[in-house]
Amino acid sequence: MNASGAGAQSKNIAIEGLWRNNPIFKQVLGICSTLAVTNLVLNTVVMCVALVFTLSLSAATVSILRRFTPRNIRMMVETLIIAFYVIIVDIILKAYWPEMSGNLGPYVGLIITNCIVMGRCEAYGISNPPVSAFLDGFFNALGYSFVLLIIAIFRELLGMGTLLGFSVPYFSGPYWDKWIIMVMPPGAFFMLAIVTWIFRSIQLAKEKKSK
Amino acid sequence: MNVAPQIWQAFVVCISAVFTQNILLSYFLGLCPFIGVSREIKSAFGLGLAVIFVMTSTCLLNWLAYHYVLEPLGLEFFRFILFIIVIAAFVQFVEMVIERYSPALYLRLGVFLPLITVNCAILGASLFMVIRSYSFIVTIGYGLGSGIGWFLAIIAMAGIRQKLANERIPQGLQGPGITLIIAGLMALAFIGFTGVLQGR
Repeated sequence: MNASGAGAQSKNIAIEGLWRNNPIFKQVLGICSTLAVTNLVLNTVVMCVALVFTLSLSAATVSILRRFTPRNIRMMVETLIIAFYVIIVDIILKAYWPEMSGNLGPYVGLIITNCIVMGRCEAYGISNPPVSAFLDGFFNALGYSFVLLIIAIFRELLGMGTLLGFSVPYFSGPYWDKWIIMVMPPGAFFMLAIVTWIFRSIQLAKEKKSK
Repeated sequence: MNVAPQIWQAFVVCISAVFTQNILLSYFLGLCPFIGVSREIKSAFGLGLAVIFVMTSTCLLNWLAYHYVLEPLGLEFFRFILFIIVIAAFVQFVEMVIERYSPALYLRLGVFLPLITVNCAILGASLFMVIRSYSFIVTIGYGLGSGIGWFLAIIAMAGIRQKLANERIPQGLQGPGITLIIAGLMALAFIGFTGVLQGR
């Protein structure tokens, strides 16, 4: 394959992961373990970085080992590879940022059972070369992260009047009644539903136009 | 060690895991099968029962594994892998037993068992149990309560979604969108239970 072909292919992978086949509003995978940390932007950023790291590297590793993995135990092998990277993230967080590790609680460990990681390894990594598997994992994780960040920004701003812990002028003042519900669990469900609705409607409108 | 207060604590933890700290509605665990399998009550019921059973048993097994294997060896960081292996092995084992001895039950629950291995609620319950350092007896209550909580939530959701089947929903909101909104409303309702139990 020549260079421009490879470029076009990676661009395609990027668009698929970020938009057309976005993990959250199109595939609806892996929302479980990360939705819980979207009440604060900082937690979300750390969680997303951890997810990008785990997803892209484990997709690449699964892809490198794909010729040596026996077909019938591949799920177990994939899980172990993912768990390996998650343990690295967990140990690093515990060593250098213990408060954050406490804030995230079990949710770092839960990346292992995050369906999007397993889903991408199974759907793409296991049957494609390492570089494109890495890119696929990377862009899917980014597509996942940007939606979560939107949710987190709204939840923290409306619920606490702050962003990244800094108070925002109007929203932290006395004129703004804080929407406590936004930082509580129902807020996360509602925000995710609204974001899914908006993005899906945009996609549907585009599809209609192209027909 | 005095057992009576522990049994009382297990009971309290169990009730709070069902209502005030529902593993699905306040910790978002097990959302993927919750959205995927809640289209009809029958399959939701089967999956829910399987979750109660597997969650209670794996919590106990993981408690034993963590406190008698990992802690003495100082290998606590290894728990993610060990828990996953315990869960996967247990589910596989149960599947074989059910298939051998009760084909009728296998027909009802069999398809759901593999799904459970990747259900984050199961692993999540085990991790919470470690983080909150529950004792063995309390863990029984916690595993059972979390399972029942998940079961209740998915049954309620399936019931609501069956009613929704004939309603007109905006196209972009169909499927996961409307399910999430209903889940939000349910979470809101469950917040009403806060304060039922003073002190967890």
